[in-house]
Amino acid sequence: MQFQLDVNGERHALDLDTRTSLLDALRDHLGLTGSKKGCDHGQCGACTVMVNGRRINSCLTLACMHEGDEITTIEGLGRPDDLSPLQRAFVEHDGYQCGYCTPGQICSATAMIEEIKAGWPSNVTDDLEAQVEASIEEISERMSGNLCRCSCYPGIVDAIRQVAREEARA
Amino acid sequence: MTLETTRRLKHDTPDTDRRLDGMAQGVLGTGMDRPEGPLKVSGRATYAAEAHPEAMAEGYLVRATTIGRITGSNADAIRAMPGVIEVIEDERMIRNAAQGMAGESPVQRQGQVWYVGQPVACVVAESFEQARHAAQAMMVTIEPDGTHVFDAEDPAAEVEKPEQKQLDQGDLEGAMSAATFSLDATYHTPSMSSAAMEPHASIAQWDEDGVLTLRGSYQLLKFNKAELADVLGVAPDKVRILSPYVGGGFGSKLGLAPEAVAAALAAQALGRPVRVVLHRRQVFETVTRRSETRQRIRLACDAEGKLSAIGHENLVSQLPGEVFSEPVAQGTHFQYAAPNRVIGHEIARIRRPAAGSVRAPGEAVGVTAFEIAIDELAKKAGIDPLEFRLRNVPDKHPENGKPFSSSTMEATLREGAKRFGWTHTPPRQRREGEWWIGTGMAGAVRVNMMIEAMARAVLTGQGVRVECDMTDIGTGSYAILTQVAAEMLGFAPDRVETVLGDTDLPPASGSGGSFGAASTSTAVYLACMELRERLAAKLGVKEPELTLKDGLAIHENRQTPLAEILGEEEWRALGHLQPGKAGQEVRQATWGAIFAEVAVSDVTGETRVRRMDGTFAAGRILNLKTARSQCHGGMTWGIGLALTEAMEHDPRDGHMVNRDLAEYHLPVNLDVPQLGVHFLEERDDWANPLQAKGIGELSVCGSGAAVINAIENACGVRVRRLPATLDQVMDGLIAQG
Ligand code: FES
Ligand code: FES
Repeated sequence: MQFQLDVNGERHALDLDTRTSLLDALRDHLGLTGSKKGCDHGQCGACTVMVNGRRINSCLTLACMHEGDEITTIEGLGRPDDLSPLQRAFVEHDGYQCGYCTPGQICSATAMIEEIKAGWPSNVTDDLEAQVEASIEEISERMSGNLCRCSCYPGIVDAIRQVAREEARA
Repeated sequence: MTLETTRRLKHDTPDTDRRLDGMAQGVLGTGMDRPEGPLKVSGRATYAAEAHPEAMAEGYLVRATTIGRITGSNADAIRAMPGVIEVIEDERMIRNAAQGMAGESPVQRQGQVWYVGQPVACVVAESFEQARHAAQAMMVTIEPDGTHVFDAEDPAAEVEKPEQKQLDQGDLEGAMSAATFSLDATYHTPSMSSAAMEPHASIAQWDEDGVLTLRGSYQLLKFNKAELADVLGVAPDKVRILSPYVGGGFGSKLGLAPEAVAAALAAQALGRPVRVVLHRRQVFETVTRRSETRQRIRLACDAEGKLSAIGHENLVSQLPGEVFSEPVAQGTHFQYAAPNRVIGHEIARIRRPAAGSVRAPGEAVGVTAFEIAIDELAKKAGIDPLEFRLRNVPDKHPENGKPFSSSTMEATLREGAKRFGWTHTPPRQRREGEWWIGTGMAGAVRVNMMIEAMARAVLTGQGVRVECDMTDIGTGSYAILTQVAAEMLGFAPDRVETVLGDTDLPPASGSGGSFGAASTSTAVYLACMELRERLAAKLGVKEPELTLKDGLAIHENRQTPLAEILGEEEWRALGHLQPGKAGQEVRQATWGAIFAEVAVSDVTGETRVRRMDGTFAAGRILNLKTARSQCHGGMTWGIGLALTEAMEHDPRDGHMVNRDLAEYHLPVNLDVPQLGVHFLEERDDWANPLQAKGIGELSVCGSGAAVINAIENACGVRVRRLPATLDQVMDGLIAQG
C-alpha cells in the first residue's frame, strides 16, 4: 500500500505491507532505529513515539493509518551534539544503562511533561481540581508504562523532575 | 608495521603498590558521564537488529508445541506462501542458548524436541510480516516419546546429587538438638527470567571467503565466537561477532542463542544476509531462565545468638544435557561462621525450558532465602536482626580456614544501619490507615572472580584508543575503560576513544559474573603500564617517577608534551591478565547491607516498598555513577524477586504460561522508590592491581530478603514462598486475626 508519513518534519513516501506497524516502518523502512522494539505487544513502552504531540506505543498501530499525522521520534528530539534538555538530563543523572528502553522513556517523558502542564490527573493525583505537581510519585506513576529492566527508575525520575522544574520556572 | 609489545600478569599475589592512587589525571572513580551517553539518549546507538545490509532477508523461528521426535512438517506448503524464500530445518539448530562460557555448541536439534517452545525451524521471507505469518502457519509433526516430568518436586523426577557439591562438617543434627534456638524451614523461589529489554537479534552475512560476520547481542564474545564456530563446524577464525551495544543481558546473552544459529544457517543456505529477531515470547522460552529452587534451611544458635549450625539443602531443576545448575549455596559456604555445617545440592532433570545463569546465579536466590531464615532465627532468639548478624561475622572462611581478601561485612552492616536510621521494633506496631508499616534488613554477599582478559591501548601524541572485544551491556564498560586509560596515560577522557564489541579485537573477559569490569580494566591497566614504561625509558626516567597529566609527561620538574615525545608515531601495547593463585589462596567476595521500609495493605495484602537503602563494599569503585546505577538495578531486582516476578509453568507440559511482559511482572517505575546507594571506600589488594571488584550483582543478593523481612515486621506475616503475592499475604493477615 502506498502512503506518506510525516516524521520529524520530513515527508516520506512509502509502499508497505498493510500489516507493517508504525514501529517497523520507522525502524526498517525509514532507518529511524532510535525507536526500539522490546515486546511488539504494547507491554514495555520501548517503542514510544509522539503522534500529534501525544505519546503512543508505535508497535500497536499500523503505519498506513498515520498519513497526515505529525510523528516525532527520538531522532527528532535532539542530536548527539544538540541534545534536548531531557536527553541531557538523562545523561547527567545516568537515567539509563543499556540504553534500550531509553528513547522510549525520553519520548514518553517529553509528552508526559506536557500532560502534567495541561493538568491531566493520574491514578495517584489526590485533588483532581488542583494544578498537578511533577512530584516523584506523579512522575513514577505516569512513567510506569515504560519498563526498564536495567532498573534506572531513580535516575529517570531525577532527570524528569529536573527538566519539569526548569520548564515550570521558564 | 608499528611495534606492539605485551605486558602479562599472572595474578598470584596481592598487589600492594596501588599505583592508581598515585596517578594524577583524577578521572578514575569519579561519576563521569558515560561517553556513549549522547548516542544512547538520541537513539543513535545501534543495537543488534539495527543494521540493514543490502538484500537482507527476514527469518522467524517456529516453535514446537509438544515434546517428542520430529517426523515431518508442512515445509513445502510454507515455501509456497507469499514472500517465503526458504524453510530451514537444519539439524544443527540449537535447542536453547548455550551456557555461559561454554565455548562449544549446546544440544542441537537432531530431530528431537526436548521442551515445549523449542525452536524447530526458521522460515525465511522477503519481509518480516511474510516471515512471521508463514512461521505461524508452519506445522511440525512430533511423535510423543514417552511420559515426562515437569516439576522438580514431583516424586517421579530423576534427581542427581553430585558428590562434589555436598558438604557435611561436624554434627548438624547434634547441634540442632543441643541448641537454645533452632529453625528448620523450607523456602521456595520461582522460575524466573532475565527479560533484558532488547530481544535477542542476529544479522548473519557470509563473504566470498567463507567468513561469517554476525551482528548479535551477546555478553561474552570470545566464547560466543567459539560456540558459533562449533555449531556450524567451521574454524573459529571464520567467525566474527559484532556487539557494539547490547540492550541488557543479565545472563540471558552469555551463551549463543538459537536466533544466531538460525540466521547463520539461513544466510549460508541462501547466499544473502539474514536477520532473525526473537519475539519476546521466544526470548522467554529459548534463552536460559533462572531455575526455581526449594531450599531447606536449618539453623541453630545459643542464647546469645551465636550460630552453632548451618544447613542449606537445595533442589533445583534443569533440562537433561545441561551442565549448569543454580549454585544456590555459593554464598552460604562462607557468609556466616558456625562449626557444624551441611550443604546439599540436588538437580531434578525435568522438561521445563533450560535453566542457566541469571544475574547473580546462586546468591540471588540463595542469599535471599538464607537472609530470611536468619531473620526468623533472630526473632526466635529475641535479638535485633542487625545485632544477630554482627555476632556471626566470620573472621576466616568457615569451612576451609582461608583468609578473606577483605572482610567488610561488619562495616557495611554498621554503616548501612546508621544511614537508614535502623531501629529494631517488634512486628505490627505502625499503622497508617489501611497500611501496616514495617522495616527489614538483610546482608548481601557475592563471590568475586577474575577471568582471562586482553586489551590493547594505542597511544598517540593526541590521545589513546582502547580496543578489545569487551561488551557494554549497560554496565558502564565504555565509561570505566575510558577512565582507566585516561588516568594511566594522563589524558582528559574526551581524548580517549574506547572501541568494543568486535571479536577482531583482542579477546577481553566479556560481561558476566561481575568479572567484566575488574578483569578487562586490569588488561587495559597492563597495556597502559606497558606504554608508561616505554615513555619513561624514552625520557630516561624510572616509570614510577613519571607523572602523566593532560597530555604532558612531567618528570624532574620538566614538562614534555606527549605530542612532542611521540611525534607522528603510534605506540601500541597489549595487556594480558591471567587469573592465578590470588583467586584460590583467599576467599574474595563483595559485601553489603540492605535496609527497607514497606507498607502492607491490610485490605488487599499488597506490599509497597517505601524506602530502600544499600551500602556496599566492592573494592575501588571505578565510576561512582555507573556503579550506583548497577546497584539501583540489583536492588530493584530484589524488589521483583520479593514481590512480583514468577514464571508459571503448565503442570501438564512444563511450558511457560506467562511468557510476556504483560504477565511476567517486572518492577515498574512506581514499584521502586528513590533508592539510596552508598559505597564503602576500599582497596582489595588480592583482587587485582586496580583493587577493584565486581559490583553488578552484589545488590541482588539479599535485597529481596530485606523486603520480605520488612513485610513480617510490618504485619506479622512471614512469607517463605517467593514472591509475596497478595493472596499469600492476605491469607497470612487473615490467619493473624
Ligand atoms: S515494543 Fe511497543 S510496547 Fe513494547
Ligand atoms: S536502560 Fe536498559 S532497559 Fe532501561
